[in-house]
Amino acid sequence: MAEDIQQKLEKYRTAPFDSRFPNQNQTKNCWQNYLDFYRCQKSLDAKGVDTAPCDWYKRVYKSLCPISWIENWDSQREDGTFPGKI
Amino acid sequence: MAHPAQMGFQDAATPVMEELLHFHDHALMIVYLISTMVFYIIVAMVTTELTNKYILDSQEIEIMWTALPAIILVLIAMPSIRVLYLMDEINDPHLTIKAMGHQWYWSYEYTDYENLTFDSYMTPTQDLTPGQFRLLETDHRMVVPTDAPIRVLVSAEDVLHSWAVPSLGVKMDAVPGRLNQTAFIASRAGVFYGQCSEICGANHSFMPIVVEAVPLEHFEIWTAMMMEDV
Repeated sequence: MAEDIQQKLEKYRTAPFDSRFPNQNQTKNCWQNYLDFYRCQKSLDAKGVDTAPCDWYKRVYKSLCPISWIENWDSQREDGTFPGKI
Repeated sequence: MAHPAQMGFQDAATPVMEELLHFHDHALMIVYLISTMVFYIIVAMVTTELTNKYILDSQEIEIMWTALPAIILVLIAMPSIRVLYLMDEINDPHLTIKAMGHQWYWSYEYTDYENLTFDSYMTPTQDLTPGQFRLLETDHRMVVPTDAPIRVLVSAEDVLHSWAVPSLGVKMDAVPGRLNQTAFIASRAGVFYGQCSEICGANHSFMPIVVEAVPLEHFEIWTAMMMEDV
């Protein structure tokens, strides 16, 4: 399983089509992947397992989300004011 | 780009724009034909010496001018729906670029691999070199590879803007807090101009968009060069 993720990450070009967000408004797509990365990291860290599979979500949110949004959310997480549940 | 006294669309640079152009030609031809026929009938009616006081009804002509418009509408609707669904096709992008609207410039983010980001300001008129286009040139162009599906995510950092490039057949509103997706495939290399298409303040007319489509090898050289500069 980890090798599949590795392969997927190596062949990564850009965020692929996600059928959960098929339409013009991709805001939720960016938001969901950002949440998924930090949730994945938190839960795999808690289990003491390698967090490499989480990198997929990171690549996707980096592709989709505007840099200013990411910076804003990162500082909110540090301050403890992040509106999402991680 | 636009030409003086231009009557039609700018030359298409994507397959979708080509289809839109052909559909427009088709629909406009129907409009010309109907308008010419109606104008002819009006002139004929107004200039005739003949009068007939005894026509009360006519089943045949009534059927004609009900059935024929219905058929014409179907002939317009079929290619229209075809192009509409073509524009809505699920594509598999090779590259994602974010176009962020600011007052009063665009910034482009290429973040699939590294964090390449730069601003694109209009070249002031006094700084133009001979041959450059007034109010259309920018200091940095959005460079894309040809023949590759490109996803553009459009948003804004302050007020509403709109990212439009007519030759690519693309216009997408830039809304703060929202990420709007559009896509295109540049079928030929070239430089394509557009302008902000949503009123956004004093310099709304002075934040143009320039897309430069180049072969993939040149795109890779350009990204490497941009990363060095930044």
